[in-house]
Amino acid sequence: MKELVTLRVNGDVHETAVPTHFTLLETLRYVLGLTGSKQGCDKGDCGACTVWLDGVPTLACITPVWEAAGLDVTTVEGLAGLRTPPGVPHPLQDAFDVCGAAQCGFCTPGILMSGVALLEENRSPTRDEIREALAGNLCRCTGYTKILDAVEMAAARLRGEVVSGAGAEP
Amino acid sequence: MSMDPEPPRDPLAPGPDVEAESARGGVPADQQEVAAPGVPVVEHDRSHVGEPIPLHGRREDQPRVLNVVGTRQRKTDGLEKSVGRARYTDDIALPGMLHGKILRSPHPHARILAIDTSAAEALPGVHAAVVGAEMPTPFGIIVWTPDEQALAAERVRYVGDAVAAVAAVDEDTANRALELIRVEYEVLEPILDPRESARRTDVQIHEPKKPGHNGNVSKMVKLEFGEVDPGLAASDVVVEGEYFFEGTTHAPIEPHCAIGQWEEGGAPGGRLTVWSSTQVPHYLHRELARVLELDPARVRVVQPPVGGGFGGKSEPFDLEFCVAKLAMKTGRPVKILYTREEVFYAHRGRHPFHMRYRVGATADGRLTAVDARTLLDGGAYSSFGLVTTYYSGQLLTAPYRIPAYRFDSTRVFTNKPACGPKRGHGSVQPRFAFEVTLDKLAERLGLDPIELRRRNFMGEMTRTVNELRITSNGFLQCLESVERASGWKDKFRRMGFGRGVGVAGSCYISGTNYPIYPNRLPQSAVQLQVDRSGRVAVFSGASDIGQGSTSLVAYIVCEELGVPLDYVRVLPSDTDFTPVDLGAYSSRVTFMLGNACLDAARRLKALVQEAVGEEWGIPPKRVLLAGGRAMDGADTGRNIPIAEAFRLAEARSGTLGSVGWYHTPTDVHGEYRGGTIGASPAYSFTAHVAEVEVDPETGFVEVKTIWVAHDCGRAINPTIVEGQMEGSAYMGFAEALMEEHVFKDADHGRAGLHNAPSLLDYRIPTSLGTPELRSLIVESIDPEGPYGAKEAGEGPLHPSIPAIANAIYDAVGVR
Repeated sequence: MKELVTLRVNGDVHETAVPTHFTLLETLRYVLGLTGSKQGCDKGDCGACTVWLDGVPTLACITPVWEAAGLDVTTVEGLAGLRTPPGVPHPLQDAFDVCGAAQCGFCTPGILMSGVALLEENRSPTRDEIREALAGNLCRCTGYTKILDAVEMAAARLRGEVVSGAGAEP
Repeated sequence: MSMDPEPPRDPLAPGPDVEAESARGGVPADQQEVAAPGVPVVEHDRSHVGEPIPLHGRREDQPRVLNVVGTRQRKTDGLEKSVGRARYTDDIALPGMLHGKILRSPHPHARILAIDTSAAEALPGVHAAVVGAEMPTPFGIIVWTPDEQALAAERVRYVGDAVAAVAAVDEDTANRALELIRVEYEVLEPILDPRESARRTDVQIHEPKKPGHNGNVSKMVKLEFGEVDPGLAASDVVVEGEYFFEGTTHAPIEPHCAIGQWEEGGAPGGRLTVWSSTQVPHYLHRELARVLELDPARVRVVQPPVGGGFGGKSEPFDLEFCVAKLAMKTGRPVKILYTREEVFYAHRGRHPFHMRYRVGATADGRLTAVDARTLLDGGAYSSFGLVTTYYSGQLLTAPYRIPAYRFDSTRVFTNKPACGPKRGHGSVQPRFAFEVTLDKLAERLGLDPIELRRRNFMGEMTRTVNELRITSNGFLQCLESVERASGWKDKFRRMGFGRGVGVAGSCYISGTNYPIYPNRLPQSAVQLQVDRSGRVAVFSGASDIGQGSTSLVAYIVCEELGVPLDYVRVLPSDTDFTPVDLGAYSSRVTFMLGNACLDAARRLKALVQEAVGEEWGIPPKRVLLAGGRAMDGADTGRNIPIAEAFRLAEARSGTLGSVGWYHTPTDVHGEYRGGTIGASPAYSFTAHVAEVEVDPETGFVEVKTIWVAHDCGRAINPTIVEGQMEGSAYMGFAEALMEEHVFKDADHGRAGLHNAPSLLDYRIPTSLGTPELRSLIVESIDPEGPYGAKEAGEGPLHPSIPAIANAIYDAVGVR
């Protein structure tokens, strides 16, 4: 059985019919076609599905879609333009590229949502604070080192510091 | 990781003289004691000893200036992954696509008496069901051991073995349909313990290959090199120990996913396309054609970006055959996405190893002989097991000089998910046992463990005792690097109770010289195509599973043709369009794909140099391509944009394109049965120092830092190399202290059930639990690697585990 739900995702309002048991993740991926958020476990263990509900990192795979109605949903597709001109990657997205923080890239969208949420609150996080903020996101490729480096680099950029990046500017 | 509680058997007790044989079932059934010490039966001719070391096509005759290689660069697919644009397999939705689900056995061992799918097929919304009898052709990643079926037709061998599949309008309907399938089983006794499997002849997990043989034995290898027993007898000290290495699994964050599409009409015969999260599109291509009885020219495998593999996606799985067959039956695209639980049961991960090592040395710390016996718990099917069994012994013979070596390895079947290759295939477990043994030796001899390792360094341009050719070897620099960076001299045995450091070394292959099905074709190839705008397209068959093979070819093209990185487009891994590369496994990609791409790029470069040289009236060699321009090497002020140079070349030699390929050497291994297994064009070397803090009350071990020094030959992109080193060290750390892929027995629940088939319960490290990882790149510039490069993706995992074990001993004096 399907019911209508109204969702505001990355600023766009969608009215769409979804099966009543659908999660927010299923709705984003399979109904709205926003496939940036990933499903790694479908039970809240891995964090690859992390999105924001009113700015708060939330596991979309264990959030019934109805709980997102009326809230602002932000996904990885909505990060470009948040602190940058439209379409320009967020400094953390760019830092991920420069630092090699995305290997297979499958955990990356979820980690970015947790990481940017931290940077929205704290532009000078310590390495331990970064670790804490990302503790709900499993990465199997990197050993986390480059991810921590990327968050530090993005924080510096957001503070307005000139960062001698490891790679060329885009 | 723990010691085997069983008391050691008498190592010198006489064992039966067994016949080693390459295929399953080669062991007489009355041979109760497997892995017994016996007379080595494979006599080999050490034909290459004393001969010069052959080298092939030395690629760097003289040092040259490199503009791109060796610098930190963005990846070609980095941003698309971080902005959410990359489309993985499950991100693809085709019009009219159906969803498939697979019915799995609840029994670890049973005979299938009947399957009735009629009620499922009658359910509204269900389009088709498929059972094993419709795809009877057995397959296996190793051509000599095809013992799997797409869906089990007669027998299931582990909880989770696939028996039927359905395709329906949505996942819910497919799940309901599975509940309507009736399977009648005759439940058989399962065997879960490998030692029991080796002994039992009344329960046979696979049919014996020959009458009177034991069908529970997957593979036996016994090889002896040099005089082991006299070597041990003459040793000043012999250390003996039993070790157990628990199985672990890959746990990539992306679950396996596949989509099948069948196009009927037009040419007779139809066309199959399968999108899959595989690491081995070429092997999948072959096996799909075989099992589905299709002309390979009508089968296309497309590999979208893969969300992690680590070896767990390096052979065909039930879902790929099922989406294909269901698409053929329904005429509609069909997708199957594994649940996380299915990923755990699909497994193919690290084998549990029961190992016993005897290692002798002289009083001054020179190794004399090594005697190893290993029992491998293979799970239900062969998978890569033939290779794993060889690797369990073959890959231990560097970086130390071992004058005499014997290994005796037996892989047995058990009624658990099949084990296979996980990062550091087959050699992580013996490396743990051996490097811990070296630590014990050092203590017995009163030597610093780094010094002990240094004294046994084998050198470069040499051969191992089992006749593997070693070219470049930066192991000494690795040891020095971790010794210095970790402050070893101030820490070892000096940190006080509860804190300690440990060291370990290792080596690993850069691919294997012989592919897993016999052929004399290139192992890797790349095709280049140049546009008049200056843009270069790279058709690369390689599988990027996150390690960066797509970027690698782009860097090489930039280096050789002088184009900027954003002028390079890479089309990876689509068997309709890209030349064959054998896949992302055995750390083969950088070496083999890199050489193939270098070959292609240099062919193209020559055309451009000739055209520009002719135009300017200078020798072609003087034409340099760099920084987006072609220039006169003797007068760099004379230069033109690269696109103009390409147009000159196109006018002179026709449309610009090239193909390059790489063949492995075939004359660098020992002339004995199995001598080709473990033979690689080059070997990487690694040393780790781990620092730990151990709580003596609780036994809790905190790893503070792991220093990782790795000889990758040349770091083509140091950022990517460091990422591989850190990811490897992390994974080793996790295996040492957290991960266990274990199954319940009848005394602890239902036999054959996975103990923890979720990412929460299986426990992989988070950002909070992972130690500081310090990467120290060592470059030995291999004579045959592309720009001197070797592998970096698997070698750096090995030493983590013994280094941590040795550090714990340094901290609290307990192993």
